[in-house]
Amino acid sequence: MQDNMNWLEFLISERVLLLDGIYQTIYVSLIALFYSLIGGLLVGFIRCIPNKISAFISRIYLESFRIIPLIVWLFAAFFLIPRFMGRGFSSEASAIWVFTLWGSAEIGELVKGAIQSLPTIQRESALALGLSKTQLYMYILIPQAVRRLIPTVINMATRIIKTTSMLDFVGVIEIVARSRQIIERTVEPFIIWSFVFFFFFFLCYPLTLWSRHLEKKFR
Amino acid sequence: MELRNITKSFGDKKVLDKVNLNVKEGSAIVILGPSGCGKSTLLRCINGLEKTDDGELVFNNIKYGDEKTNWRNIRGQIGMVFQSYELYPHMNVLDNLLLSPTKVQKRDKNEVKEMAISLLKRVGLDDRLKSYPHQLSGGQKQRIAIVRALCMNPKLMLFDEVTASIDPEMVYEVLQVIRDLKNEGMTMIIVTHEMGFAKSASDHVIFMDSGNIVEQSSPNDFFSNPKEERTKQFLNKFLHL
Ligand SMILES: Nc1ncnc2c1ncn2[C@@H]1O[C@H](COP(=O)(O)OP(=O)(O)O)[C@@H](O)[C@H]1O
Ligand SMILES: [Mg+2]
Repeated sequence: MQDNMNWLEFLISERVLLLDGIYQTIYVSLIALFYSLIGGLLVGFIRCIPNKISAFISRIYLESFRIIPLIVWLFAAFFLIPRFMGRGFSSEASAIWVFTLWGSAEIGELVKGAIQSLPTIQRESALALGLSKTQLYMYILIPQAVRRLIPTVINMATRIIKTTSMLDFVGVIEIVARSRQIIERTVEPFIIWSFVFFFFFFLCYPLTLWSRHLEKKFR
Repeated sequence: MELRNITKSFGDKKVLDKVNLNVKEGSAIVILGPSGCGKSTLLRCINGLEKTDDGELVFNNIKYGDEKTNWRNIRGQIGMVFQSYELYPHMNVLDNLLLSPTKVQKRDKNEVKEMAISLLKRVGLDDRLKSYPHQLSGGQKQRIAIVRALCMNPKLMLFDEVTASIDPEMVYEVLQVIRDLKNEGMTMIIVTHEMGFAKSASDHVIFMDSGNIVEQSSPNDFFSNPKEERTKQFLNKFLHL
């Protein structure tokens, strides 16, 4: 009991840095997820176009994010972008860029899958009932694709949140970076890493449960 | 409805070879034939799901089927029901029925709803208005698919093996709906493998093989006195099943 109080008091005494780290983690995740959703819809529709050139380019784009580790992309962006674009580019901005490109590629693949997995008979019966192409997408294909997408997009959100822990390497001061700073000063690694452990757990686990619940519901 | 020399190939495979067909208003014709002979393709050409390579389509004395065709207008007048259940799974029965009449034909929602409910009553499903497709049996889904097409006020109905993938016990209730339609004078082209139904509910039977119409006659002549060898072979297979 006494011990627990000390833990709590210690964490509360470090609240400013911890909250700032949490804020950065969530901020970068949310922004990256938001841009990735827009980018992913775009990439997904482009991937549905039956055109060899656009299919080839989007394929290379997706594969390059699957083959090359994200940390390498982060370093490349962190060290190369400022060289070409000038110093004005913060590490946070390059991190958001890389996460957005990665997220758009992954979500684009999900969007494409969701649209193409809908049975052809549904397009045909909709067309046979006089719907236009736009109405077909608006009333039939997109609403169903979205239902299939939401659970997988939530999973993508947890992947983005988890992956922000890499951003420490490229100088974004998120929760892991803040934790290291606190530990260096106070030498309390156990308390701090436990806190970080539970922070990620309580942020991501409900999302996973939610996604599983929706998947069952929409099936 | 008239088809003149309709020809259609997929790649270098000729699926329909100069098919001629005349369907008088108010008559129900049944198309029989082995699988792969082009029956579905023929129906799909009529409402433009497939584009014909050659030949003419005439509906209500108006030629259509060329580049300028307003397919959405044609499809509003020609209803089609497919073999597989094709209700929109994310909408309940009522929304399935209302979508095209209100969005395509821009009709008044209440008017369509009234019509939909009275049609559902006739097929015995007016209690399923708020059900979702996954809560319905195959036979119920097909009856609702038929009602959905009827809500567009079509002048011609195309049925493509609508009972082929449902439970045998439920075939009857679907065929009964089509039979009722015939009695009300709906013009229909029906592709089916239900010989009893073809015999009793059609005005005219067409037998197709390899993209050609091999034989056509009244149902009585067709089943009791087929002329062509291929027709006999086909019917024999069914009789000895
Ligand atoms: N979209 C398509 N592409 C290529 N071949 C097709 C296509 N649709 C149908 N076919 C071919 O055309 C022939 C006739 O098909 P179909 O009209 O479905 O026959 P049926 O309905 O009489 O069983 C079959 O050999 C089939 O393989
Ligand atoms: Mg067929």
